[in-house]
Amino acid sequence: MKKIYLDYAATTPVDPRVLETMKPYFLSKFGNASSLHKFGQEAKRALEDSREKIADLINAEPSEIIFTSGGTESDNLAIEEVVYPNREKGKHVITSKIEHPAILKTCEFIESDGFDVTYLNVDKTGLIDLKNLKKNITDKTTLVTIMTASNEIGTIEPIREIGEICRERDIVFHTDAVQAFGKIPIDVKKMNIDLLTGSSHKIYGPKGVGFLYVRNGIDITPLIHGGGQEFGKRSGTENIAGIVGFAAAAEIAKKEMKKESARQIKLRDYLTKNILKIEKAHLNGHPIKRLPNNTNFWFDFIEGESLITHLDFYGIAASTGSACSSKSLEPSHVLLAIGLKHEQAHGSLRLTLGKYTSKSDIDYLLSVLPKTVKKLREISPLK
Amino acid sequence: MDFQTYTKKVVKHFKCPKNLGKIENADGVGKAGNQICGDEMVLYIKVKKDKKGREILSDIKFQTFGCVAAIATSSMITTLAKGKTIDEALKIGKRDITEALGGLPKIKQHCSILAADALTESVYDYKSKNKLPVSKELKEEHERIQKQTKEVEEAHKDYIKFERKQFH
Repeated sequence: MKKIYLDYAATTPVDPRVLETMKPYFLSKFGNASSLHKFGQEAKRALEDSREKIADLINAEPSEIIFTSGGTESDNLAIEEVVYPNREKGKHVITSKIEHPAILKTCEFIESDGFDVTYLNVDKTGLIDLKNLKKNITDKTTLVTIMTASNEIGTIEPIREIGEICRERDIVFHTDAVQAFGKIPIDVKKMNIDLLTGSSHKIYGPKGVGFLYVRNGIDITPLIHGGGQEFGKRSGTENIAGIVGFAAAAEIAKKEMKKESARQIKLRDYLTKNILKIEKAHLNGHPIKRLPNNTNFWFDFIEGESLITHLDFYGIAASTGSACSSKSLEPSHVLLAIGLKHEQAHGSLRLTLGKYTSKSDIDYLLSVLPKTVKKLREISPLK
Repeated sequence: MDFQTYTKKVVKHFKCPKNLGKIENADGVGKAGNQICGDEMVLYIKVKKDKKGREILSDIKFQTFGCVAAIATSSMITTLAKGKTIDEALKIGKRDITEALGGLPKIKQHCSILAADALTESVYDYKSKNKLPVSKELKEEHERIQKQTKEVEEAHKDYIKFERKQFH
């Protein structure tokens, strides 16, 4: 039975080269980076080398990288530890309706604590409107947080322009770049980014590691208190093996990005063109301004969980924004935000490619998807 | 993914649903919508009298828009009801369907109501078409389901309008 993984936006396998660099840090180089002896010094060196490699990928200074347990922690840290210290200045935050739950739930949390949060609308391709952003900024706004690219529909937001607007108004700008980091070029200096979230397991590194970039000059208070690691901004003994693996993955991503993204864009567009040949199939998200590895569709009269279950029978791993596949019964907030109706969001299919995806994988998918769609439409009373 | 928690029987009925499709000259047609997730089911029945003069569901078919659990429960109720008398079929409850499938994940329990409702509706349709006496209980059930289906259609009327404009 074939096993084809088309859910790289959910997570990725660890690159074997990454695993090799990690191994010694579990076995012989196991030291605590805070220790003064040779074991400690070795760990400390590995930590600082890794910091440099991560910084290098986004044109940041090493001292601006804080390692965390992952994207969710970084998002929580970025929001809470900017808005609370600045609450004398104002209690207003701007974000978008299509953010990841790590952002949206944190915003809901601060709302319950008396902050005002504006959730910007997006157009039907998933883009925010810069004029609308400007209009919503008040003298009470202390933070704008907008994702670099959508995890569901892959739309890439105008980050440089958003950064420019925030810089002019002296507002801190955070971007959740979990899906974009390592896949598309990011330059925090050119793009006027103050805070940026990145994650390891989306770029063939291990799970449980991420970082928050904090521009020199931006003050954040710690979310996790203790021994004062990570410049006093994130306590806890550093996950050296994980961090070393993350840095190795980032280094590979930098080296291979140009070639790999060109290859994936070609595959992505081939996949899209052929799926849209299926009757009443539609593309979600932006046709061009989207991540090299993301596709997202909806099929009329079909329910998403049924569709991905059939694909799973064929050995294909895919994802849906359908209500019925998750713990809640509400369909994807992202698909509703781009204007899809309940039933349309119900019938969505996300296929995300990775560096191990080949054209023959795509051809296999294309050989089974049309008949699966047809079968489910035969079952459906909606016509 | 949720379907990993589905029983083998659920997966079997989802993969190869029994009694799938439409009966063109059906004696009764029942439609039910699920308020919670927007699923929809249509059930068709043929009724014949056996030697003792009892009304038997001689054939039954369904069409469903919904998730794995909705399709599996649809398929299961048709196998449970086929060949039964009308009175026996009406007694099939959501618990019987769930049990026959070896259980459903908690969040999917509501799917079994859809199947039971569609069956009730098909019997009501058969009885009212043929001017047969309808029990008080069946009438009340019918009114409850009608109200619910209307609410589902109301909630999704924008979509239904859009769909008609777009595709018809």
